[in-house]
Amino acid sequence: MPKLSYLKALNRALGDEMERDPSIFVLGEDMHHALTNVTAGFMERFGAERILEMPLTEQGFTNFATGAAMAGRRPVIEFQIPFLLLLVFEQIVNQANKFRLMSGGQTSVPVTYLCPAVGWRAGWGAQHSDQVHALFAHLGVKTVVPATPTDAYGLLVTAIRDDDPVVVLGALASLPLREDVDFAALAPIPLGVGRVHREGSDLTVVAIGHQVHDALAVAEDLAGEVSIEVFDPRSVHPFDWDGLAASLDRTGRLVVLDDGNRSCGLAAEILATAAEEMRLVAPPKRVTRPESAVVGASPQLDVALLPTRQQLTAAVHQVLKT
Amino acid sequence: MSDARHPERLYRMIRLIRRFEERSIDLVRAGEIQSGIHACIGQEAVPTGVCATLTPDDVLLSSHRGHGHLLAKGCDPDTVLAEMAGRVTGVDKGRGGSFHPSDFAAGVYNATGTVGHGAAIAAGVAWALRQDGGDRVVVSIFGDGAVTQGALLEGFNLASLMKLPVVYVCENNGYATTLPVASGVGGTITGRGEAFGIPSSTVDGQDVETVLAAAEEAVARARAGDGPSLLEFRTYRYEGHHTFELKARLRYRPPEEIEAWRARDPMVIQAARLPGPVRERLDAEVEEIVERAVRFAVESPFPDPVDALDHLYTTGPTPRPGLSLC
Repeated sequence: MPKLSYLKALNRALGDEMERDPSIFVLGEDMHHALTNVTAGFMERFGAERILEMPLTEQGFTNFATGAAMAGRRPVIEFQIPFLLLLVFEQIVNQANKFRLMSGGQTSVPVTYLCPAVGWRAGWGAQHSDQVHALFAHLGVKTVVPATPTDAYGLLVTAIRDDDPVVVLGALASLPLREDVDFAALAPIPLGVGRVHREGSDLTVVAIGHQVHDALAVAEDLAGEVSIEVFDPRSVHPFDWDGLAASLDRTGRLVVLDDGNRSCGLAAEILATAAEEMRLVAPPKRVTRPESAVVGASPQLDVALLPTRQQLTAAVHQVLKT
Repeated sequence: MSDARHPERLYRMIRLIRRFEERSIDLVRAGEIQSGIHACIGQEAVPTGVCATLTPDDVLLSSHRGHGHLLAKGCDPDTVLAEMAGRVTGVDKGRGGSFHPSDFAAGVYNATGTVGHGAAIAAGVAWALRQDGGDRVVVSIFGDGAVTQGALLEGFNLASLMKLPVVYVCENNGYATTLPVASGVGGTITGRGEAFGIPSSTVDGQDVETVLAAAEEAVARARAGDGPSLLEFRTYRYEGHHTFELKARLRYRPPEEIEAWRARDPMVIQAARLPGPVRERLDAEVEEIVERAVRFAVESPFPDPVDALDHLYTTGPTPRPGLSLC
């Protein structure tokens, strides 16, 4: 079977959708050179009327997309760096995501906000390394964090077809991933439907985005002593609470692995919901970045702040003890 | 008389906005409009003159002081007032209110509360309309307080760069809430447009015929594909920034300044151009419309609290409640 990389999956999903629906257009920076490679070949394929080269005016072009969406288009905005999503937080959260409700359902704002570069990269420093998924989930913006090339394809297609704003976050750590794929089988993946990557009976690890692969590695390492189920929600809002409940019905034990900051993070919400509403036979644990984490620029400092497989292993052992 | 640019129609619209706002303030005092309002009394000639140049298919993006914009763009006073009063019969089903009303059927796409941000939204709408073909234009209205917002300037840049059919309308009423323009704006308002290569002019906003002439030129430029314009209308609000000033009694405007602007009341200026009997007939028509709107608003039901998050998403998900009892 042919190999599909995560980055190529995003490129393929976007290209397939643009072929299918002429109302879709892309806007972002460095489009003529497809700097991130997500739009590689698109300027030639779709032309400058559908691949809009934008100046450094993120707030402006995010609002521009809102306007075009209300006038019947399906914009896809590419952000090269995760902090740009904080720069345009107002435009997404306080404007695009509220305009449907504020109009009593008169309009929809079908914009896709794609950042194929969230999380940490060695030496890129404090302002290029955040994880922002919990912020969007907290404020009710549909948000997906695909972990695999197949899911990246399917979730980006769904995000583009969705009639509301959707944030699509690809972790830097996911981009080199390659997967054997039957191209004919690539298909949209609904929002709010998680995926059990590995079945188990003793303990559920919920992992977000690229850390699904860390969870799978730990599950394999510990296979001789414990049967770990690895649950990937795929979309963090809406979240597949039914899928999580079904997993905990099987295992009764929970550890959450999330590369976001600890306080008010996604892991906190997952633990709280499981504690309130689901079957747990032992107190759950989370493995996250520290509270208030700001990574620096020295990789030696930074990696000390990122959740590790060793921490996950320790958390699994502790939850099993109780 | 059927042409919105007819002097009688111009007067009638100014009068409609004036009486609509005066009666809305009554409803604020009576507790029927709980948010309070940003009244546009004194500024009526600007939306009246600008919107007289538009077709129903043209698009307008409004501001927090937007009731006059909606009425001039052709929205139904009944559903606009019901919206301000938070009723389910409102044009936005009670979800937009006085601050953020929209009426897509009438071409009012919205009034974002984030001051100045409508300018860049307008650029996106204009780009899409141009792609659709035809000669529809977009009008983005904001106050003088918006010109110190970066997002507005980003909108100017995109509109100029892409030569979009947008008319930017600044209602310069002299104050951003309590801050005088001279204390908040470095340089000039039109200088901002000119810096981006946008034809910009300062125009008397109290005489609706002058407003109309300036708007016709700018709208014609947009329709012809010659790009955006910026019109700074010098105007004044006779009321406070918001009806909370009825109680707050702020003292940021000299009484003589208010009196000087009252001497140039846009309603009086246009009324002077009409014969008395014509004016009286139009006034009676307006009273009937406004009183019907008041009755419609106050007699309409409130939305059902069960539906509080209706319209949040176009498709799924149903938000989880704040209390989980399972």
